[in-house]
Amino acid sequence: MSEVIVITSGKGGVGKTTTVANLGTGLALAGKKVALVDADIGLRNLDVVMGLENRIVYDLIDVTEGNCRLKQALIRDKRYENLFLLPAAQTRDKDAVSPAQMQQLCKDMRQDFDFILIDCPAGIEQGFKNAIAGADRAIIVTTPEVSAVRDADRIIGLLEAAEMSNPKLVVNRIRPKMVKKGDMMDIDDMIDILAIDLLGVIPEDEHIVVSTNRGEPAVCNDQSKASQAYRNIVRRILGENVPLMSLEIEESLLDRLKKVFGL
Amino acid sequence: MFGIINRLFGRGTSGSKNIAKERLRLVLVHDRVNVSPQFIEMLKEDIVRSISCYMEIDEKSMEVNLASTNSSVALIANIPIRRMKRGTMIHADD
Repeated sequence: MSEVIVITSGKGGVGKTTTVANLGTGLALAGKKVALVDADIGLRNLDVVMGLENRIVYDLIDVTEGNCRLKQALIRDKRYENLFLLPAAQTRDKDAVSPAQMQQLCKDMRQDFDFILIDCPAGIEQGFKNAIAGADRAIIVTTPEVSAVRDADRIIGLLEAAEMSNPKLVVNRIRPKMVKKGDMMDIDDMIDILAIDLLGVIPEDEHIVVSTNRGEPAVCNDQSKASQAYRNIVRRILGENVPLMSLEIEESLLDRLKKVFGL
Repeated sequence: MFGIINRLFGRGTSGSKNIAKERLRLVLVHDRVNVSPQFIEMLKEDIVRSISCYMEIDEKSMEVNLASTNSSVALIANIPIRRMKRGTMIHADD
């Protein structure tokens, strides 16, 4: 049984593409056959984050327009078994594909894959409608900022209107130090406001920048906190019950001194 | 003096998350209402249904609106009453 999951956010720059790359790679490492679909027609990025930009021959629009077969357009990631990418067209427009075509594409892909992850473009227009058309469920990515949570709320409303129920939330780029200081919204604040289930929390992590520079998803790097958080989300998607990891920061000497002096 | 000490220890700006939360709460009240134009209609129908148990109202000239200021959002309803229903007076005395 295969599952089509759309990763969306409304706002741009919150980490949709990074999340797709890491969850997809994580699922492939767990032995699942995975396809990543870049639905951001005209502004493709998933290929670069995955480090597969030099291997593109055909793209999503070539498939929907019948210029090539699906198998010809799918790029196999040589580093991870079972991981494939269907890149977006770079020189075309969002309306070069329709929701009906996306539905058909997802239906065709179901036969070959356990998981199909769709990277949704920012915004709520045609590109968004295309990206959600063939999906079974949605993961909403947000960051602890007023603008990102506001857009996430709007997306939840639009998904509801499209009768896609029960989306799950991923809170990205949490900075535990700032949360502790009371200078950043915490997870409970956001869950409370958005009233949806939490799928995971990704801490702000410099490893993500490095891995994006290299075009290697961070999820295979054991040391980084963010990759551990992504691996936990992968396990939750696979049905395991994994508790949220602790983002407690170690107290510095100064913190302890402050406590002693009651500051 | 305390201000300087607080700033030295980085405690001067604490609690901006509460500002963020409050701004978010307000902005979402507006957003969520604006999303569906049918919202006020549905609310109006429900209000009419429950008020009609107690009094006869002039549905045609009733007004239900959300009014917002910078710091709050209020539901303002102007509902002209034609006639009180007799039964409600007895209940009010109980």
